[in-house]
Amino acid sequence: MRIVVTILAVAALASVPLWLRDPYLLNALITTGIFVIGAMSLNLLLGFTGQLSLGHIAFFGIGAYVSALTSLGFDAGLPGGFRLVHTPWPPVVGFVLAILAAGLCGYFVGLLSFRVRGAYFVIVTISFAEVVRLVALNWVELTQGPLALTNIPSIALPLPGFGELTLRTKMHNYYLVLVVALIAYLLIARLVRSHFGRAMRGLMENETLAVSVGIDVTRTLTIAAVISAAIAGAAGSLYAHYIRIIDPEVFAFINTVTMVIMVISGGKGSLAGPVVGGLIFGLLPVALRPVMAPEAQWIAYGGVLIAILFVLPRGIVPSLAQRFARRRGTTALAPVALTETGAKEPA
Amino acid sequence: MTARSVAMTIDQVAVRFGGLVAISDMSFTVGEGEIVSLIGPNGAGKTTAFNVMTGFLTPSAGHVTYQGTTLTGLKPHEIADLGLIRTFQRTSVFPNDTVYDNLLIGLHRQGRVRLLDAILGLPGARASERKLRQRASELIEWVGLERRAHDLAGSLSYGEQRLVGVALALAAEPSMLLLDEPVSGMNASETHRFVELIRSIRDRGITILLVEHDMPMVMTVSDRIVVLNYGRIIAEGTPDVIRNDPAVIEAYLGHGAARA
Repeated sequence: MRIVVTILAVAALASVPLWLRDPYLLNALITTGIFVIGAMSLNLLLGFTGQLSLGHIAFFGIGAYVSALTSLGFDAGLPGGFRLVHTPWPPVVGFVLAILAAGLCGYFVGLLSFRVRGAYFVIVTISFAEVVRLVALNWVELTQGPLALTNIPSIALPLPGFGELTLRTKMHNYYLVLVVALIAYLLIARLVRSHFGRAMRGLMENETLAVSVGIDVTRTLTIAAVISAAIAGAAGSLYAHYIRIIDPEVFAFINTVTMVIMVISGGKGSLAGPVVGGLIFGLLPVALRPVMAPEAQWIAYGGVLIAILFVLPRGIVPSLAQRFARRRGTTALAPVALTETGAKEPA
Repeated sequence: MTARSVAMTIDQVAVRFGGLVAISDMSFTVGEGEIVSLIGPNGAGKTTAFNVMTGFLTPSAGHVTYQGTTLTGLKPHEIADLGLIRTFQRTSVFPNDTVYDNLLIGLHRQGRVRLLDAILGLPGARASERKLRQRASELIEWVGLERRAHDLAGSLSYGEQRLVGVALALAAEPSMLLLDEPVSGMNASETHRFVELIRSIRDRGITILLVEHDMPMVMTVSDRIVVLNYGRIIAEGTPDVIRNDPAVIEAYLGHGAARA
């Protein structure tokens, strides 16, 4: 049943460029797809460990900048008269380095903040994103600051025996994003259903008990942060090579908020949630644009969000799954109130 | 008592929260394979003692040794790795998972596979997963919750949640089990079954330290009893000795009862 739905959904998504010729809409789908990948990575933290990263866009932006700089090359001065010179490498290498760099940042942010969780983690991640934005804005020699990095090359896939395939057209990029999104989805699915995923669930539901059966909090949460950040970095790299221009505005807080909205509305802690929420809130502005003034669009956007959370408080996917299950006479999910019972054991 | 090798030594442990003395100078030992109960009126420091032994609390003075390892400074999950596993008074389950999934989480220590193997679904990881599922079913059967295996743990009755808590602790393969008021909220027949369960756990060679208020239950099951009052040990001995100890009677029933 679930497999059939998944295959149908993938087939539907894969068929889109074959019948959708409008470049504007295809462009909207590509950028939405990139943000869906970001939302999936955020969901790994928010939905499966319960930690809210309000600076998640930092990992996305770091991925974008690392990938862009790798493929553009740079020549920047360092203190002490040294110079950091780099000649351009293929964008594919940039993509890999973006994943590694973002993952490394995720490691440090995770290590720092998971010792003091909850609100502290939120604050550390917000500050981290702001610091990274300021670096991107002010290290002009490396990042061009507000002038933006321009002319970022498109990703070229090396095909053994055929040379290279440069992904210039929208259709190419659409399939690239789709493939990366599928890989990210499968990776997260495998992860949360594994032994490691159960450790994360245990920590989220009842940390004291989880620790008492031998689950290492810091290790588990740090690994989750690394993988989440690495996936966000991959999304950032796709963004840089597709849009082909990035400036420090990529680190704007609103971008993180957009990802949080995608996750919460779709259903945090559900694999398909960020995909559904991401498609809705990624494409909603596009749908509203022809029919409303810009100011009214944002009001409508907020209205849709409130309506979804009012009608389906756990998010679209979990709420619908629950209704579906109830109709068949089983309870697949606990009522909302139960999620609050994992209280701490008083000392 | 026959000479048993010592599993756990609590040596001059003291815990102070600011000016409040929760435990002052507590020393006792638990032998391998023994069932020892820690009793005392409310607020006597029993749960605090548990928290010290399992690393949730650092003692202000003294130290706890388990099978030759000093526990001071170890984190709870590291202590769990030594085979010292506890249950909790209240929050004993993962409420939003089924009983079966609870057990799978509890089997964490058995199922450690490399992350990459798990993601790629390599044969090693899959074999380990099969083993875990089998073990989870066995444990559920052992505590008698087969009928509830696919219900959410949070929807179970209080007594059943207790059993899940014990099964979870057993899933971690303890060599010593610390049970914090396991039969509170259970009716008489549930308690009776639980006593049988504790005995069968001990017969597997697992040492047991028990905190409990249910006196008849404690008297039936324990090899030895340690009585705490106001954070200090006032008596120690076999159930028969404790039953007739004037200091214990006074602590529980008041001054007049001791002379009556």
